Amino acid sequence: MKVPVVRNILEANKRIADENRTLFGSKRILVLNLMSSPGAGKTTLLEKTIDLLKDRFRIGVIEGDIQTSTDAERIAGHGVQVVQINTDGACHLDGNMIREALTQLDLDALDLLVVENVGNLVCPAEFDVGEHHKVMILSTTEGDDKPKKYPLMFQESSVLLVNKIDLLPYINCRIEVIRRASAEINPNLKVLEISATTGEGLPLWTNWLEEQIRQIRGTD
Amino acid sequence: MHELSIAQSILDIITEEMRRHHVERIVSVRLKIGEMSAVVPESLTFCWSIVTKDTPAEGSRLDIVSLPIEARCLACDSVFFVQNYVYVCPKCGSGDLAILSGKELQIQDFETPDF
Ligand SMILES: [Zn+2]
Repeated sequence: MKVPVVRNILEANKRIADENRTLFGSKRILVLNLMSSPGAGKTTLLEKTIDLLKDRFRIGVIEGDIQTSTDAERIAGHGVQVVQINTDGACHLDGNMIREALTQLDLDALDLLVVENVGNLVCPAEFDVGEHHKVMILSTTEGDDKPKKYPLMFQESSVLLVNKIDLLPYINCRIEVIRRASAEINPNLKVLEISATTGEGLPLWTNWLEEQIRQIRGTD
Repeated sequence: MHELSIAQSILDIITEEMRRHHVERIVSVRLKIGEMSAVVPESLTFCWSIVTKDTPAEGSRLDIVSLPIEARCLACDSVFFVQNYVYVCPKCGSGDLAILSGKELQIQDFETPDF
């Protein structure tokens, strides 16, 4: 006998993510889900972003890592609220992990919360954590064939930061190939070229962020 | 390896549905998996055999129906399959699309043993 079910496999995660999103909305906090492969420069970008914005906005970070807490220690050194989640082997963060991490943050004292996902180009894109935007970092050293290999993440993201452009003279990576492939997968994807190390291009990124924070906070 | 979390989520739902329908054993679960979800069927099947061990779903089979990405152009209304992740209308060149299918991660039904 066949018994019909017709249920979304990730429905439990979606429900919790929606609750998180409602909470963020009521507190008027902009929440970003920052994703990339390992070593693309997420933590360095976060450090630079915090330093550029912390005088104007109150920032919090949830650090997702398979095992260590070294990234969280680096972020804490910049004087912002930070919570570490160790996934113990899981390759992505999910809605429930974020919900638990939120209990350790003072949400009333935040304008921007960045969730630094586990370094992985596949799984994080599948699990909604309640963010307003997914932001992806792709470093030039990873090559220009990534969009076609990992299309979901490119499709789900609002912004693609192409990092380490200072290394372009030394490597075989064509930014126009990344731009063309990304545009085919997601015509609405905003592509910004940056170097988190030298600071080049970062104002493009912080301007976008500021605009989003102001939208969430309204006119005040 | 998000297949492990996905297998666990399928088991949670199936266990709940088996209880609701007063079913004690199942032989298979049918899934609809869209091409965008980046699920590797072999990997999901392997994870299923692990998470169902010592549960009422132990020994059951996953029947995975893979769905291609289908889109409708919002500019000219044509419906087409997205090839090679190019989200552009082949007829008019617009990138303004509604995705009709291809993102599914869905349980369709399960099958109980015949008596
Ligand atoms: Zn068209």
